[in-house]
Amino acid sequence: MSEAPVGLNSTVSATHRDAAPPRPLWQVIFVRPETLTFVLLVLAIFAGGQLSPYFLDIRYILDSFTLTAELSLLALILTLVIIAGEIDLSPASAMALSACLFAYAMSFDWPMWICVSIGIGSGLIMGAINSALIIGLQLPSIIVTIGTLTLYRGLAQVIAGDKSIRVPEWYIGIDKVQVLGLPAPDLIFILAAIALAFLLGMTVWGRQIYQTGTNETAAIYAGIRTRRIKAVLFLATGVTASIAGMIFISRLGSVRYDLGLGGELQMVLMAMLGGTYIFGGRGTILGTFLAALLLSVISTGMTTANLLPATQLCVLGVLLVLSIIATNFIYSRTQR
Amino acid sequence: MGQLGSQQTLIEARGISKSFAGVEVLRDVDLHLYRGEIHALLGENGAGKSTFAKILAGVHRPTRGSIALNGDVVEIQNPLAAQRLGITLIHQEPLSFPDLSVAENLVLGRLAGSPWSKVPWKEIEEEAAQLMTLLGVDIDVKRPMRGLSIADQQMVEIARALASDSRLIIMDEPTAPLTPKEVETLFSIARRLRDEGRTIIFISHRLEEVRALCDRVTIFRDGNKVATDTISNLTDADIIRLMIGRSLREYLKKQDAQIGDVALEVKGLTKAGYFKDISFAIRRGEIVGLGGLVGAGRTDVARALFGIAPADKGEILIKGTAVAISDPAVAIDHRVAFVPEDRAIAGIFRTLSVEQNITAAVPEKISNAGIINFSTEHEIATDSIQKLSIRLASMRQPIGELSGGNQQKSILARWLLTDPEILILDEPTRGIDIGVKAEFYDMIGELAASGRAILLISSELPELLALCDRVLVMSEGRITADIPRAEATQESIMHAAVPRSAEVRAS
Repeated sequence: MSEAPVGLNSTVSATHRDAAPPRPLWQVIFVRPETLTFVLLVLAIFAGGQLSPYFLDIRYILDSFTLTAELSLLALILTLVIIAGEIDLSPASAMALSACLFAYAMSFDWPMWICVSIGIGSGLIMGAINSALIIGLQLPSIIVTIGTLTLYRGLAQVIAGDKSIRVPEWYIGIDKVQVLGLPAPDLIFILAAIALAFLLGMTVWGRQIYQTGTNETAAIYAGIRTRRIKAVLFLATGVTASIAGMIFISRLGSVRYDLGLGGELQMVLMAMLGGTYIFGGRGTILGTFLAALLLSVISTGMTTANLLPATQLCVLGVLLVLSIIATNFIYSRTQR
Repeated sequence: MGQLGSQQTLIEARGISKSFAGVEVLRDVDLHLYRGEIHALLGENGAGKSTFAKILAGVHRPTRGSIALNGDVVEIQNPLAAQRLGITLIHQEPLSFPDLSVAENLVLGRLAGSPWSKVPWKEIEEEAAQLMTLLGVDIDVKRPMRGLSIADQQMVEIARALASDSRLIIMDEPTAPLTPKEVETLFSIARRLRDEGRTIIFISHRLEEVRALCDRVTIFRDGNKVATDTISNLTDADIIRLMIGRSLREYLKKQDAQIGDVALEVKGLTKAGYFKDISFAIRRGEIVGLGGLVGAGRTDVARALFGIAPADKGEILIKGTAVAISDPAVAIDHRVAFVPEDRAIAGIFRTLSVEQNITAAVPEKISNAGIINFSTEHEIATDSIQKLSIRLASMRQPIGELSGGNQQKSILARWLLTDPEILILDEPTRGIDIGVKAEFYDMIGELAASGRAILLISSELPELLALCDRVLVMSEGRITADIPRAEATQESIMHAAVPRSAEVRAS
């Protein structure tokens, strides 16, 4: 072999067809979906500031974020599922069913650990059902989770009927609890984001999630147990849904079967707005984190501006479509 | 043109060349096809015969060159245009609409009338039945395509060609999935079509079929047409020589390696529908070639050894111990590595960095308690890149930005990091520039010299001859030869690789 070995940083004139030149650094940093999300977030805060001076107060933003903290928490774990090349549309329903079971157990004055076990256990079982169908039977996750979305919501209604299930007074008000100067749900969300960002960015396991989503066949050939990774992700989504349900109940004081109805739309929207690629393999927790904040600011802003709920829904729909277009565009530029 | 003896030219192809992504796969091919002849196209895998046929059928468009039909130059833009010109390509496994009836498949794309007019079911069925009678086959035209045997599906394709009054019918390896009786039926129909004055192009690997059916034969090699002649003027030996007649490259020379103990032994490995009763052994330091035609089951054996699609029956012994390899992770634990044939599908993570691609199979080497040590990863990848002289702009660029050869080196680097004792290489030099190929040959030699057992699957005979200590040849799912280096020639390998229909089927 006569050629001089070429490593990193060597000033090789990458001759004709060996490799494309690297992208300039500014592009690597700025032409990425997270940057876009961040810019939108700043713009949204300023636009909100025009509507009401409260928007420029960080406290106001933090307090209003508690309204979407549960769904944001679920969006974080959903981000991992989407990066792995799958989708889970059932967590909002799973959250409702688990929360109903949890509240129901509490209404019997059972010991707290039993109630929590029932709540978490139900989430685990729902996650297990999803993974058995998707990984065990090799069915497409979009269809399976549309099915279980309906099923879990239906079961919640069967169990709870149309009535609200109240929880004891002492359990109510997690959003009023301040820890380190933050409302507790916000803190849980931030800690979860840090933990998942670490998992995704710094561990072998996170690396393998990206590899699975990028090219599952190649991942299998490289000895990566992709089925196990996906199964764990669906289970984790189920458990996260039950935790989100417990936070939700504490905030609302009671639960009905329609808890978080349509929440899957917002979760997917957060992941997409944050630059997660719907076909897997790309996305970051930071992106979803920023998108969750952005969405909270937009929703609060729209409410402040007295937009009708129906109009707000339209805005969300438009945002979802635009975010997919933007993400695809950016990725198509960087993928050769 | 036109008259040539008593023969009338139907198609005159001039200077046909075709490149895919800058790689020339067909070079200046001139060919005359006469009316009323059956013309065989022969050649090794990738010699260009199928590409040429697909150009005639409008599937590909030539990069250069012209095609004249009955003396008029024509542009064959797409398969539909070919159909209108009376050229039909019959696929080995016909593409059809499995849930529509035979009759509906026959008239597909030919139904006239406005979108709202009533479908003339009765006429369609009558016409279809007539065609079937014409062909002399007994197929109920009201049945759905699904459930028809492949032979019957081919008949429907042929019937479709007749329905559109095709003048040129191209059959691309039609006999591979057929039984001998079905082959006979196909041949008698082909002869009848010829006698009606139609032209048939017949692509096959089976020499005796070509001999039994065809009038003239054209042989391709490395994208060139090397000969066209009447079949009776050529012996089998002539044909094989013309097919492979490359000169051996001088630099291809196996290094001497110490041959040691048996590293991998396979006994009676069988997977229904893929391969049967595969037994062989590879020693440390030995390079064993696995030759054969595409579809002979070579890759399937490799996939079974690596646990991707395990075999149903048989034993795999690694260093004398029987092991159950149920998935690739187990294979890696047993220090088996597999560089797959199709890089894009089973090798690279296109959008991820070169670095991540290289370290994908050795997570334990780059991490501590599951947490990645980025500087260790960086060192390991840098080291691999230097050892294999992978040429790139930055280790952090997506691997998709590298050339094919450098992508392939990165995948090889990935597997070398697992420090394999048994290395399976499936067509490792396909789609790679000549210069990089030579580097690969050197590397494979060095790997064997360092005491690894290597199974090299290749369709390039010179590669097998130059590198291997022994060459196993597979044909139709079985090992048909085990040829030591001293006796291995292109002829002996090809002889074992080309299916001998009668023999194989009798067993």
